[in-house]
Amino acid sequence: MRTKTAAAVALIVLIAACALGVVIVSGGDRAQSDGDRTLSGGAGTVQDTTANAFALALKNLSSSDRRAFQIGNSFFNRNWVRAPASATGRDGLGPTFNAQSCSSCHFKDGRGRPPSGPRDPERGLLLRLSVAGPDGSPQPVRLYGGQLQDRAINGVPAEGRIRIRHAKRRGSYGDGTPYTLLAPRYDIVDRAFGPLPARVQISPRVAPAVFGVGLLEAIPEQTIVARADPGDRNRDGISGRPNRVPDARSNATVLTEGDAASRRPNRVPDARSQATALGRFGWKANVPTVEQQNAGAFSGDIGITSPIFTDENCPARQRACNRARTGGQPEIDARKLDRVTFYTRTLAVPARRDIGNAPASAGEGRFTAIGCASCHLPKLKTASSGVAGLRDQVIRPYTDLLLHDMGPGLADGRPDGLATGSEWRTAPLWGVGLVRTVNRHTRFLHDGRARDLSEAILWHDGEARTAREHFRKLPARERRELIAFLQSL
Amino acid sequence: MPLKLLVPVVLLAAVALAGCGDGDDRSTVSRDSKAAVAENYANIVFAAYGASVDSAATMRDAIDRFVARPSAARLDAAKRAWLSARDDYVVTEPFRFYGGPIDDPKTGPEGLINSWPMDEAYVDYVDGDASAGIVNDRRRYPEVTQDVIVEANEQGGETNIATGWHAIEFLLWGQDRSKSGPGNRPVSDYANAANAKRRAAYLRLTTARLLSDLRSVRDRWETGDGTYRAAFLADPGEALTKILRGVGALNTHELAGERMAVALDSKDQEDEHSCFSDNTNADVVNDIKGIRMVYRGEYAGTSGASLDSLVSEVDPGLAAALRRQIDGTLAKAEAFPATFERMIAAPSGSADSKALGAVIAALEAQGADLAKAAKALDVTVNFEL
Repeated sequence: MRTKTAAAVALIVLIAACALGVVIVSGGDRAQSDGDRTLSGGAGTVQDTTANAFALALKNLSSSDRRAFQIGNSFFNRNWVRAPASATGRDGLGPTFNAQSCSSCHFKDGRGRPPSGPRDPERGLLLRLSVAGPDGSPQPVRLYGGQLQDRAINGVPAEGRIRIRHAKRRGSYGDGTPYTLLAPRYDIVDRAFGPLPARVQISPRVAPAVFGVGLLEAIPEQTIVARADPGDRNRDGISGRPNRVPDARSNATVLTEGDAASRRPNRVPDARSQATALGRFGWKANVPTVEQQNAGAFSGDIGITSPIFTDENCPARQRACNRARTGGQPEIDARKLDRVTFYTRTLAVPARRDIGNAPASAGEGRFTAIGCASCHLPKLKTASSGVAGLRDQVIRPYTDLLLHDMGPGLADGRPDGLATGSEWRTAPLWGVGLVRTVNRHTRFLHDGRARDLSEAILWHDGEARTAREHFRKLPARERRELIAFLQSL
Repeated sequence: MPLKLLVPVVLLAAVALAGCGDGDDRSTVSRDSKAAVAENYANIVFAAYGASVDSAATMRDAIDRFVARPSAARLDAAKRAWLSARDDYVVTEPFRFYGGPIDDPKTGPEGLINSWPMDEAYVDYVDGDASAGIVNDRRRYPEVTQDVIVEANEQGGETNIATGWHAIEFLLWGQDRSKSGPGNRPVSDYANAANAKRRAAYLRLTTARLLSDLRSVRDRWETGDGTYRAAFLADPGEALTKILRGVGALNTHELAGERMAVALDSKDQEDEHSCFSDNTNADVVNDIKGIRMVYRGEYAGTSGASLDSLVSEVDPGLAAALRRQIDGTLAKAEAFPATFERMIAAPSGSADSKALGAVIAALEAQGADLAKAAKALDVTVNFEL
């Protein structure tokens, strides 16, 4: 009897699902023609839910622009090789480096994750190193520089290796369901140049997804700055500060290393000695432009010099590093760097899914109601850009690009530009639901410590404490709805 | 009793679900037509990989003879064997790009077989660094073994590109330092030069590895239960998607884009895949022959139902245009006026540069028509990576 009823119910549910499917499809079509909420990245949004979802060009890119995109893609994806090589345009790897190509950390233009152990080949996490200068600003570490490069070409010592250990942090949701978070601790082992200073600051950073950066770059500065509330005058517990960092392009000074911005700390905006700009990229909004981000990563992570960062990043006392052959001056020329910059700028945002789906819709309402949307801004507008698909677009990145204090649990204790040791830039959430498909993991936050989206939320503290507490106290069903919403992005 | 009831209910539900999904009924060509195309394709894949295995074995023999008793004549014979084996391999490139046996994300050996650019200084000496490479690094690599080579290739979790066609090419020809001809590695590198025996071991072992990797790929296309071929043929619709994806991605992304447009844009003389032997022109021609082979369903003695016959069912004009285009592109590439390195280094607007540009444009045009063909066959596929 019970089975009979269950079977009948199953049939009704299946038929209903079938009907609902049709409704969803037509609803989706209507939404699209309105230029509506599925188009997370504006008109250039791509409809793709495969492992290639982050790797596609803006939908409306012209065919000649597509050619430039593909050329940039080649230099993003292919390995750089040791100099001297016959392929003179692709040599100059290292002398020390973290990865051989952009794509080895940003696999399929997506997110990296921390390695699971010493034999895990994953390259998606690196460590910034510094010591506090007299004014508290981060200075490179003697013998090691500003970033740990854990690989090197033959004949040159790698600087050391990352060792990660975890402490468990137990907690429970409001309904009593327990959870465990992993708090990582980082050590550097196999050090080639002896011990690090006792006061060394170590900041772990995973490779973020790359798509959509051209749109974030096209948001007018005043839009971002207008959202700032450094003194929390509206008393919502959320401040939000813009970072201001050196603009390498407009400074005559030559900067090196991936975190060039933080090596020339500038605590006073618009100081006469250096042109500064609004920081938009990097985990602490410590880089002003896509071009500088790319050139910084070429230098710091792959050991490729460019017209922007012209020096190999070999600290003065690393002799073998300084003596090694280079792949020319610079190793990536202006034309190719332009192509790579164009490529990253024009990587499209994947469309949102499940908009008509009940749990995701409920979760979306909850997301706003408990305060997540105060920093993870659902909607922004871009302004001018040389690329039509980036210009004047309504986009849904779920970030305000501002710095927020995230509390002591996430703090790296390392200032960066105007960012304090506990401030981080609001991470964009678009595409977050496709990370599992593209990158086959669900590790989130700046060092990938969160093993899923719920853990990422539970790590929120400081300015986000109130919102996190709301989430923690939600009944299980409502928590699931909120996660379902994030998965739809 | 309840179980009995459940079965028809589930069946009914399954029918209801199938009715609202994308069934085959919407498709413009029959499942049988697709199955015939898949079958002939699989036969061609097996035959083409078979030829590649055979000529790679001949190359292996020539290389073994050369390193056993190095001489200029034997080095030449080894190079000729590489060129001939390379022709047979490149024709198989449209079998890539859909995660088949060649480039299955977990088991496919493509990264060991055909990666580029070659990390020369990682393997052997280069101009300006006489002691570079694993061959000359007795301290770190006391013995050159198969494991050393394969592990070195993967060291640090990335492919260092120290194996495969281009490693063998580099070890036979050496770096190309001239504007007019290929590399010219001296025979003494394998006779009385420093580390000659280690170099010989590297060459022999990487060649043996290439041969065994090619065999493993071919064997998965063999007839029989549990082979990749069996799984491939079991779903003709999916097989058709893969066939189109492979040929289209090679045509548009890999050949027109990655290998030709990128090189032409960079103007780096050695931004060409077979740069040590100056064999890139032949690579281009063989890739186009591979595209033709898949489109027409013809290889050596094997022929049958093909993409061409399917497209002809739904759009005869498009099928004829594609046949014409592919033949025309092939003829243009066969008539290249200069070596690839000279064409990419030539000034924009010169005849040499234009000749290369014309083949890129022809490939892009036929790629657009291949995309139209996919659409006409109701296949959703893109040709980007």
